[in-house]
Amino acid sequence: MKSKKMLIIASVLMILAMLAACAPAAETPTTVDEPAVEETLYIPVISKGFQHAFWLAVKAGAERAAADYGVEITFEGPESEAMVDKQMDMLQAAIDKDPAAICFAAVDSQAAIPLLEQAQAKGIPVIGFDSGVDSDIPLATAATDNVAAAALAADKMVELIGGSGEVAVIAHDNTSRTGIDRVAGFKDRIESTYPDVTIVDIQYGGGDHLRSTDLAKAIIQGNPDLKGFFGANEGSIIGVLNAVSELGRDDIVVIGYDSGQQQLEAIRSGQQAGAITQDPIGIGYKCVEAAVKAVRGETLPKFIDTGFHWFDATNIDDPDIAALLYE
Amino acid sequence: MKANSSTQQKKTGADTIQRLMAFGALIILFVVFSLASPYFFTLSNVIGILVSTAVNGLLAIGVTFIIISGGIDLSVGTVMTLSAVMAAVTVRNWGMPNIFGVLAAVLTGTFAGAVNGLMVSKLKLPPFIATLGMLNVARGLSLVITDLSPIYFPLETGWNRIAMGSVLGTIIPGFDIPNGVLIMFGSALVAGLILSKTVIGRYAFAIGSNEEAARLSGLNIVLWKTAIYAVGGLFVGIGGVIIAARLNSAQPALGLGYELDAIAAAVIGGVSLSGGEGNILGTIIGAFIISTLTNGLRILSVPQEWQIVVTGLIILSAVYLDILRKKASAN
Repeated sequence: MKSKKMLIIASVLMILAMLAACAPAAETPTTVDEPAVEETLYIPVISKGFQHAFWLAVKAGAERAAADYGVEITFEGPESEAMVDKQMDMLQAAIDKDPAAICFAAVDSQAAIPLLEQAQAKGIPVIGFDSGVDSDIPLATAATDNVAAAALAADKMVELIGGSGEVAVIAHDNTSRTGIDRVAGFKDRIESTYPDVTIVDIQYGGGDHLRSTDLAKAIIQGNPDLKGFFGANEGSIIGVLNAVSELGRDDIVVIGYDSGQQQLEAIRSGQQAGAITQDPIGIGYKCVEAAVKAVRGETLPKFIDTGFHWFDATNIDDPDIAALLYE
Repeated sequence: MKANSSTQQKKTGADTIQRLMAFGALIILFVVFSLASPYFFTLSNVIGILVSTAVNGLLAIGVTFIIISGGIDLSVGTVMTLSAVMAAVTVRNWGMPNIFGVLAAVLTGTFAGAVNGLMVSKLKLPPFIATLGMLNVARGLSLVITDLSPIYFPLETGWNRIAMGSVLGTIIPGFDIPNGVLIMFGSALVAGLILSKTVIGRYAFAIGSNEEAARLSGLNIVLWKTAIYAVGGLFVGIGGVIIAARLNSAQPALGLGYELDAIAAAVIGGVSLSGGEGNILGTIIGAFIISTLTNGLRILSVPQEWQIVVTGLIILSAVYLDILRKKASAN
């Protein structure tokens, strides 16, 4: 019996030893008295997830930047966005590794502040990405410029309805950064640039398919001359699509945001004119790039736009666009 | 009587071996990781490991009571969350002092445990099903009460310091072990005493070893099982206090999957899933093995997916060791 136990302990140890051997060699701590010469920088990227299509795309972008700039990264995130404490464990371990910089998208900004202050005290630059961190600590945040993206949606809308007429908006909420920015971007562009177009209504459906559907139906019935409808996120646009098809109003120009299977099918079938997609690969690339620049002491803009793209039935299958879309 | 005491002795002997092995494994982990990375054995990282063990350690203590009595508790993760939510409601929404928040959390945990115990003993629901139901009820209630979004403790309440402040650091400067860690060790001590020195502990072992014999010898199974589950729930409630203090908020969507880590910690620490065997020290060591492993692999930059695989392998080896040990003590 004893020998068997020993065998098992030995095998467990072997596994560990193998893993330890496989692990990329930990870099030596940077010496303070001499500027680090051509040493591979290590930059941990801590995201809000690691196995969803969106985050995989962010990871791909981060890895591309790591290759371009010759730095070493790790990419990790909690299994669900609810696991705030697991993300804190990851951030803590990342700080303990004395990295050159940290890229971070907080699941919960408030909970992360004490650790970010610790990073700041150790002189580790922090770069936010995606929704970033609600704090002054990040030197820069790489994210979609939602105001500009929604303005592009407004331009496309006006073009498709023929330059004049009534349009309406369904958004997810007016409390989150994305909700506020997308509505403002769309509305401001219409009001400042297109005097012949009026926004008859802006409603908030919480991103819920059913509520958004009811709201969209009410708006269409109350405004029979409506020519265009903008849904500011995936849940909202699905509501708009439901309303349009339930009321048989295929003449209304529908423009959405992000991807998702239902929206992609609607665009392919022509029911939806097109949508704005964010660029998760760009988000990953730009945050690592910014981290490298921060380490080199370059000054960074507080906000780094990671880009967005218009897509419709004509370019939905282009490799560049398809890479940004998810079912 | 003689035969009984000699098997008892054998059992304790085997227990000691298991405990030593688990402890040895923890030491080996520390040595291996320290050699592999200069960043592992630093004060800051070791404190990080201690902090990340605190919550799972408390949940594992809770589940240890229940597994020893021959049951299982799948609800510890979400009951922890519900306890955290009740603390937040008490402190934030009702503006009461922190101590009432702590009480609310502990009572919530204890109450949920007692309900689990009653469902298992009185209504004769299988523990797996009863606590699976409780898992969902607690998870749903947390979401309902918070209206789906986190409740933050106002900073001026100092709630955060319950776990992240350091009383020890103010006594011995530079030795800033967060309170949450001390609370876990204190709870482990109390739990160990309850298990080994009190009637609840003794009856937990008796019911877990042979429920029928315990009933025939006149034990009120309904009463004692309820008490055992309630005691388990109490420690889960303390876990709720710690996680709410660590995050300075009650996060209603959190908690799912935490029960598996807690059960894994208990099992690695030598608690037998067939009941009647185990101890708190082993469970705490088990919890440390899990968090040390996770942290160490992270420090070595092992890809996340492989970290999960390794954790799984460690659990499997631990359970297989348990089986071997039992065979040995049966011979």
